[in-house]
Amino acid sequence: METQIVMEQRKRIHPAKFTLWVGIGSIVMMFAGLTSAYIVKRSQPSWVSLNEIPRIFWYSTLVILASSVTMQMALRSFKQRERPQYRRLILITGLLGALFIMMQWFGFKAIWASGTTFAGAGAGQFLYIIAGLHALHVLAGIIALIIMSFRAFSTKRRNYNPVPVEVMSTYWHFVDILWLYLLVFFMMLT
Amino acid sequence: MSNEATVHGHSEVTTHEVHHDDHHGHHHQDTFITKYIFSQDHKMIGKQFLITGIVWAIIGGLFSVLFRLQLGFPDQSFPILEDLLGSKWAAGGKIQPEFYYALVTMHGTVLVFFVLTAGLSGTFANLLIPLQIGARDMASPFMNMLSYWFFFLASIVMISSLFVQTGPASGGWTSYPPLSALGDASEGSKAGMDLWLVSMALFVVSSLLGGLNYIATILNMRTKGMTMTRLPLTIWALFFTAVLGVLSFPVLFSGFILLLFDRHAGTSFYLSDIFLASTQKPLPNEGGSAILYQHLFWFLGHPEVYIILLPAMGMASEILSTNSRKPIFGYMAMIASLFAICVLAFLVWAHHMFVTGLNPFLGSFFVLLTLLIAVPSAIKVFNWLTTIWRGNIRFTPGMLFALGFISMFISGGLTGIFLGNSTLDIHLHDTMFVIAHFHIVMGVASFFGMFAGVYHWFPKMFGRYLNNTLAYIHFWITLVGAYLIFWPMHYEGLAGMPRRYLDVSGWVSFNQFDGLNRFISIVSIIVFAVQLLFVFNFFYSIFKGRRVKTPNPWGSNTLEWTTPINPGHGNWEGEIPEVHRWAYDYGKDGRDFIPQTEPVSATESKH
Repeated sequence: METQIVMEQRKRIHPAKFTLWVGIGSIVMMFAGLTSAYIVKRSQPSWVSLNEIPRIFWYSTLVILASSVTMQMALRSFKQRERPQYRRLILITGLLGALFIMMQWFGFKAIWASGTTFAGAGAGQFLYIIAGLHALHVLAGIIALIIMSFRAFSTKRRNYNPVPVEVMSTYWHFVDILWLYLLVFFMMLT
Repeated sequence: MSNEATVHGHSEVTTHEVHHDDHHGHHHQDTFITKYIFSQDHKMIGKQFLITGIVWAIIGGLFSVLFRLQLGFPDQSFPILEDLLGSKWAAGGKIQPEFYYALVTMHGTVLVFFVLTAGLSGTFANLLIPLQIGARDMASPFMNMLSYWFFFLASIVMISSLFVQTGPASGGWTSYPPLSALGDASEGSKAGMDLWLVSMALFVVSSLLGGLNYIATILNMRTKGMTMTRLPLTIWALFFTAVLGVLSFPVLFSGFILLLFDRHAGTSFYLSDIFLASTQKPLPNEGGSAILYQHLFWFLGHPEVYIILLPAMGMASEILSTNSRKPIFGYMAMIASLFAICVLAFLVWAHHMFVTGLNPFLGSFFVLLTLLIAVPSAIKVFNWLTTIWRGNIRFTPGMLFALGFISMFISGGLTGIFLGNSTLDIHLHDTMFVIAHFHIVMGVASFFGMFAGVYHWFPKMFGRYLNNTLAYIHFWITLVGAYLIFWPMHYEGLAGMPRRYLDVSGWVSFNQFDGLNRFISIVSIIVFAVQLLFVFNFFYSIFKGRRVKTPNPWGSNTLEWTTPINPGHGNWEGEIPEVHRWAYDYGKDGRDFIPQTEPVSATESKH
């Protein structure tokens, strides 16, 4: 109740959330740097494009979209104080994230098997690096989820502050949207 | 969180109050480790940045003394160098070529990143942001602490690279491929280059963690009444610095990732059609473009010079106004010009690449945008000069260095107009003219801003004053010395003398500069020695300096001087003061100064 009052009273965005948004801005700049390097290289001679994007990337996209949904549901159940459901949902979110990274890994292996290795500087090499960096960002999210689930399962302390969960869900949706952007980027500009 | 609403029953609850009354409740005892080492107090973190920066400045400065010995006295040998550095780097008392390039590279890297980025904005953003906006600490004190420790780690890795057998990175501070991508190409491209990249990656993380915090703190944690247009200009400058860093460092990072893959995974983002003389082998890499790296590098590299310069500008504005006892002239124009510089900084990077085969038509746009920077720069200079114009100037050491900053900024800025022209750049590129230009406008000017800040805020940092006599000696010798070192380099550069060369005595046309080179080297040794005098003054005064007796020794308006002389963690003992006016009410209505905390009275004149 009283927390609610404070939340309503302050007009400014919570510093932690704001920091996250600025951080997202800087992550965007890193990927913007890499994708513009891709565009520049693509217009130069001896560019090697990818034959096709492995099918598994479509499935992994579905997985990360699903994990965004579960994250959002987790946030809602946290706010509604439904602790057991919240615990279940963040675990599922983390597992889906891990599944996503595994599927990306198999996608890389499929590209590698089709003959596109690290040799060269074409679409395949960029994809390894850009999608690999994205997977690292998902991994960072999974680590944060693990820490949060330790807190959620702790019986010693009960925490009703929604800010960490909100920050987590914003970040998680961000890496989701980032992947959608990257997938569309690779599809349109192979 | 539950008791906060009861504490703050009134309607205007700002976030920092919520945040910090939390801390207030439990005064835990600080141990040595939590107070001095893993401190989360922004003031202590600022001091950590400053002292680490000073250590780096001594190392980086010493490097320049060593390579100036080579440049000034190419045909002499200094046996003491062999004793100190060993026979690999200084065989027979002569600096060996690999070592010379390592010195030049590390001098640039250390000074640009570790001293003038971390040491300057790290110090003063940490110290001043919470104090001047009226916050008890940063938005995230923990991230702030991490920022310092990532910087420390980066420092350790960079230092360790000096001691590997093949030596540190030596391909220039820009680390252009293919040289930096091919371990077989030179000694310095081996382990030293990897350590350089790792260290720089850690540095980027540090600067991002810091920058995020600075932005979030300035926008979210200002005290009641501290609107954005009442912020001191230091805060505005540090804000734009952080924005530049947050947007440009990630791009540098992506360039480094591609470089690491080229080095170790066999990709060829930057490599194509290379025959390596050292191994007598053609390389298999195809399709890469070395210019791509330059684009990614300079997209950071140019904002980086403003990351270095803007904090100095902000501090100079504050110190000039305080010590002229006059309001800053054109406050809004100052903010607007900072903003303009911040935007233009991202649009001019290719002026570093005029001679890379860049399309001349494209180049003409970069010329235009580059020359446009002269406009906000000139506005700033005009405003500084009109601020001190007919002021009641107090020549404190801080003020002298702020004046020196303006002098350097003008002289160095003028030569930027030469270099910003793509046609003139064909002649001047990679000559000593460039060295002279950026050392004056960016290096020395920012150092002057930093010294001004240290002298001005030392009483706030340590509760003591620096010794004035030593400070005046430091100022005059540094000012005169800096001009004596860098002014002659313009002539060398106009004559075509290239930068980075180990020895130019093979060219008859440069023999006329033999005496000049010796002169520059001798002056640089003297100036370096005077900096050691400053370092002595700094550390001596921390422990033995004259004590500060009054909370507001400079008669200043800003909030940091409303804290106790030695503020604890949390800065203000009672409530955070409320702000009622801008920071520059000096000499108003017959009063010398009116602090920001004083309400506007009904009879007061408008400004």
